[in-house]
Amino acid sequence: MKNLIKRLGESSLNFFIYIGGAFHLFVGTLAQIFIPPFRRKELFVQMFKIGVMSLPIVFLVSLFTGMVLALQSAYQLTKMNAQIYVSSLVALSVVRELGPVLTALVIAGRVGASITAELGTMKVTEQIDALETLAANPVKYLVVPRFIALCVMLPLLTIYADFIGIIGGYIIGVYKLLIGSTVYLQLTYDSLVFKDIFTGLLKSFVFAIIICIVSCYEGFRAEGGAEGVGKATTFSVVTSFILIIAADCLFTALFYFVFP
Amino acid sequence: MIEIINLSKSFGDNKVLDNLNLNVNSGEVMVIIGRSGCGKSVLLKHMIGLLTPDFGQVIIDDTDITKIEAKELDAIRLSFSMLFQGAALFDSMTVYENVGFALLEHTDIKEVLIKEKVAKSLKMVGLEGIENLMPSELSGGMKKRVGLARAICDDPKIILYDEPTTGLDPIMADAINDMIIDLNHKLKMTSVVVTHDMTSAYKVATRIAMLYNGSIIEVGTPDEIRNTKDPLVKQFITGAAKGPITEGK
Ligand SMILES: Nc1ncnc2c1ncn2[C@@H]1O[C@H](COP(=O)(O)OP(=O)(O)O)[C@@H](O)[C@H]1O
Ligand SMILES: [Mg+2]
Repeated sequence: MKNLIKRLGESSLNFFIYIGGAFHLFVGTLAQIFIPPFRRKELFVQMFKIGVMSLPIVFLVSLFTGMVLALQSAYQLTKMNAQIYVSSLVALSVVRELGPVLTALVIAGRVGASITAELGTMKVTEQIDALETLAANPVKYLVVPRFIALCVMLPLLTIYADFIGIIGGYIIGVYKLLIGSTVYLQLTYDSLVFKDIFTGLLKSFVFAIIICIVSCYEGFRAEGGAEGVGKATTFSVVTSFILIIAADCLFTALFYFVFP
Repeated sequence: MIEIINLSKSFGDNKVLDNLNLNVNSGEVMVIIGRSGCGKSVLLKHMIGLLTPDFGQVIIDDTDITKIEAKELDAIRLSFSMLFQGAALFDSMTVYENVGFALLEHTDIKEVLIKEKVAKSLKMVGLEGIENLMPSELSGGMKKRVGLARAICDDPKIILYDEPTTGLDPIMADAINDMIIDLNHKLKMTSVVVTHDMTSAYKVATRIAMLYNGSIIEVGTPDEIRNTKDPLVKQFITGAAKGPITEGK
C-alpha cells in the first residue's frame, strides 16, 4: 500500500516535470522565433518535407474518409428517403472535425515520428552537444524551423484535406446515390458557414503546436543509443495522438459554447 | 586558465565526480587519464558548460561559467573548441559545412576565405578534397579527423580533446599527437586531452592528471607520473590486470 502511494507520487511528479519541460520548450521556441538570424533555407526545407511530401497520404486518407462517410450516412438516410442530406453531412463532418483531426494524426505519425527520430539520433550521438559548443542554440537551430513549418503547413494541409474529403463524398453522392451534381455542390456550399472552417483551422493550428513540441521534446530527451531513440519515437507518437484527441475534445466543447 | 574547484556531479545514485579539483594553466597540454567510464567525458563537458555541476565551480579566466547567462556562455564558447569522442559530425551537412560551421554561423567572412580556411584545416588532419562528402560516407577514423578539423577551424584559444587517438591506426594516432603538440607550440593553444592511451599521454602532455573514483588522485609531469609511488597510478600506467584498482582497495 505504501509502495503504491509512493509509485503514484513518483509518476505524478514525473508527469508534472514532463509538462513543465515541454512548456518550457514551447516558451523558449516562441522567444527564439523573433530573434535574428532567421534560417530561411532550413525553413523551406522543413516546409517541403512536412507539407509537400505529405500531400499523397493526406489525399488518400481524406478521399477514402469522405467516401466512407457518404456511404455510411446514406445507409441510414435512405431509410428516411433523405439521401440528399448526405452532402451537408459530409461537408460539415469533414470541415469541422475529420479534416483537422485525421490530418493531424497522419502528420503526427509521419512527421512527428521522423522529427523525434532525427533529433533523438542527434542527441545520442552528441550532435546537440556539438551545436552548443559551437555556440548555436539547439532550440533556435532545430526547433524553430520545424515549429514555423508545422504551424503554416498543417492548416494548409487541413484545407486541402477538407477539399479532398468533400470530393470523396461527391463521388459517392453523385455516382452511387445519383444526387444531381449541381444540387450536391449547392447543398454543400449552403451548409458551410465561415465559423465551421475557421474553428477547424484553429484546431489544426493547436495540433501543429502539440506535434512540434512533443516530438522535439522527446527527441531532446532521448538517451541510450538506438534503442532509446526507438522508445522516444514510439512515445512521441503515442503522446501526440492522445494530446490531439484530448485537445480536440476540449476545443470542440469550447467552440460549442463560444460560437453556438 | 581553467580552474576547477570542488566539482561534484551525480546522475541519480551514480556519483561520477566527487569534490574534484584541477588547474589547467594557459598554454599547457593537460592530459587526463583514467579507466573507461570513470567520468573523463563528464569532466570535460563541465569545462565547456554542457553539464552543470551539483556543487563546485568551473572558472575560465576569472569567470565562473556555472553561474552565467546562456548569452555570456556562448561568447566564452566561441574561444573554445571540443573534439567529441564519437566526432559528433552533423549528419545532415557536408564535410565543408561541418568544418566551417563556426565561421559560417558566427562571422561575416567571405565564402571564398572560409573555403580556404576549411581546406587548410582539412589538410592539417591529412584529408584533402573531401569537402563535398557527407559524414555517412566517411570511415570512423576519417570522421574523427574531420571532427578535429572542425575544432581547429576557427582558431580557438582552448581545445578539449575527448579521446583523440582512440579508433585510429597507430600511424594516424601519432600524426594526431604531433598535431596537438604543434597547435600548442605554434598557436599557444591551451589543450585538455582525455585519453587512456598512455603512449599518446606521455608524448603530448605538459602535465598528466589521473582521475579515479571521482577525483584527481595525482597530477605531475610525464616523468613524475612514470616514476610514481602511488600504487593506483602505477597499475594504470603499466596496464596491469592485477592491482589495487581491480581489487577494489
Ligand atoms: N547524461 C548522462 N546521464 C546519466 N549518466 C551519465 C551521463 N553521462 C555519463 N553518465 C555516466 O557517468 C559515468 C562516466 O561516464 P563518462 O564520463 O562518459 O566516462 P569516460 O571516462 O569513459 O568518458 C558513466 O557511468 C556513465 O554511465
Ligand atoms: Mg568518454
